[in-house]
Amino acid sequence: MTTTAPEVTKTAPAGGPRGTGRGRGRGRGVMSSTGLYLAIGVAAFFFLIPFYVLIRNALSTDAQITGEEWTLFPTDIQWGNITEPFDDPTVDFGQSMVNSLIVGVLHTVGTLLVCSLAGYGLARIPYRHANKVFYAVLFTLMVPTAVTFVPGFVLVSSLGWIDSYRGLIIPGLFSGFTCFLFRQYFLGFPKELEEAARVDGLGYWGAYWRVVVPNSLNFFAAIATITFINGWNSFLWPLVIGQDPSAWTVQVALSSYMTNQTVNYHLIFMATAISILPLLLVFLFLQRWLVQGIAQTGIKG
Amino acid sequence: MSTTTKLDLASPAPAKPSQGRPRRGLRGSGTFNFWLFTGPFLIGLLIFVYVPIGWSIWLSFFEARFTVTPSTFVGFDNYRFMLENDNFTGALGTFTVFAAIIVPTTWALSLGLALMVNRLRFMRAFFRSVFFLPTACSYVAASLIWKMSVFNGVRFGLANTVLGWFGVENIAWLANPDPPWYWLVIVTARLWLQSGFYMILFLAALQNIPGELYEAAAIDGAKRGWQTFWYITLPQLRATSTAVILLLLIAAYQAFDEFFNLLSKTTWGRPPLVELYYTALGDNQDYGAGSAGAVILTLLIVVVTLFQGKIMGFGRGEESK
Repeated sequence: MTTTAPEVTKTAPAGGPRGTGRGRGRGRGVMSSTGLYLAIGVAAFFFLIPFYVLIRNALSTDAQITGEEWTLFPTDIQWGNITEPFDDPTVDFGQSMVNSLIVGVLHTVGTLLVCSLAGYGLARIPYRHANKVFYAVLFTLMVPTAVTFVPGFVLVSSLGWIDSYRGLIIPGLFSGFTCFLFRQYFLGFPKELEEAARVDGLGYWGAYWRVVVPNSLNFFAAIATITFINGWNSFLWPLVIGQDPSAWTVQVALSSYMTNQTVNYHLIFMATAISILPLLLVFLFLQRWLVQGIAQTGIKG
Repeated sequence: MSTTTKLDLASPAPAKPSQGRPRRGLRGSGTFNFWLFTGPFLIGLLIFVYVPIGWSIWLSFFEARFTVTPSTFVGFDNYRFMLENDNFTGALGTFTVFAAIIVPTTWALSLGLALMVNRLRFMRAFFRSVFFLPTACSYVAASLIWKMSVFNGVRFGLANTVLGWFGVENIAWLANPDPPWYWLVIVTARLWLQSGFYMILFLAALQNIPGELYEAAAIDGAKRGWQTFWYITLPQLRATSTAVILLLLIAAYQAFDEFFNLLSKTTWGRPPLVELYYTALGDNQDYGAGSAGAVILTLLIVVVTLFQGKIMGFGRGEESK
């Protein structure tokens, strides 16, 4: 078996590399197809349980959540729970959602702007020391960002940026990894388009904004989605920077619920559901770009 | 590369600029434009990545409690303190256990899901979405769902409810380190959160395997299923598997959110980052020792990354591009 494989590889490029997934299932019998759907159904069941628990608890009363018997789903759905996290005097949940939204959006816009420009510069603009600069960027990939949170905190606190949007957003903009992804992408960008732009008298800057960016919107969308999700979900950095409750992001607020003295189950779960909602919307509408982006970029990482 | 092709095409008009010096004004100059594009990023990288790293290394050689501008040079004392500190070495042990469980299980689960989804003919998008959806959730949200409901130690926790149907006593999932049930809670939370992401990577790789390979194998008499999986699918996924394992390892190394939230206030089950957090930002605010710990962790991960890259052959992945 092993020996035949390499020969086959050589013939492969002659035909198209497409059409694997579906075609392979054709020869399988009814039984194995049933088994497949059974197995994947069980897996899906387990994956959906947390969502079910979340929604059930968010719309129940505490008495139902902590009751003797497990109620499958509340019969009298507590829609009133939706506003409760916003009226809670102990944790300013509304403010934390606003903070997360501002931080998430600015983090995404800033990262895309800074890293895409740098990626393009590294990929396309001839400069004697470009390689050295690129290695300086690559080196930062070796140092796990989370490990630098202690020195990062030290720096940000000496700048006086604790409890500020600046402190939450700016240090996270300079992602060596995102820059690297953009560089890889621009290396594969069709040169003819840029050359046409230069013939029309555009410099690098003009060509970048008028030709390169408009023709790369799919890639930008993919990276933007991933960046936004990571920004929204990040916890360690906002925890370190947000010392005062007014600067908490939604993740820090959620975390504080878990250590509170009084536990208000339905409120906590409703708050969690609300915190996930924006991302689920992003997911439902942008899943195509997201999947494409992960498939393109994740492998390279 | 890019310079040569550009000059070839534009050769008639700007023949002289190829000598290397800037053309007329700055607009076409490579050097100026290079810094124009990369400058903002590089300045930020310098300030927010390189300066902290340097500062951290500097701090690690000083007695620095409650201050970031210390004056007492202590040599390698902070390093000695961290390496002799049972909490820190214990944290490295916790990470080792964690990585030894989570890396293989996530690898197997995400690959299994990808293989199944890849074979589906109906409801493919639906199932892919189901497994992918948890990626939208944060570790904090998942920790909350796990701690407050699914693995709540009291009777109305979902797991205890189900076990109760079979007459099993309530289990204190997180509040008791012996037996260490907390590992089940932590591992399942992370599996739920990250498997879908790696499934997408495997799906993409599966779809890039030429169908001819399977046809040829069928002609050669290979049985569908195990044989084709072992001799074709798995070897073809080698590059992706290597990358996935490395990503999983790095992610496990940086685990913080779920440990911090699920095991808050406990003394057991602290991975390195949580330990560092309490060392540097806890009651003692020992930045010197915290920085020494960060340097040790960084060195460790660099060594592990290079070592793994070597044994698993990262070079092979490059060829397939």
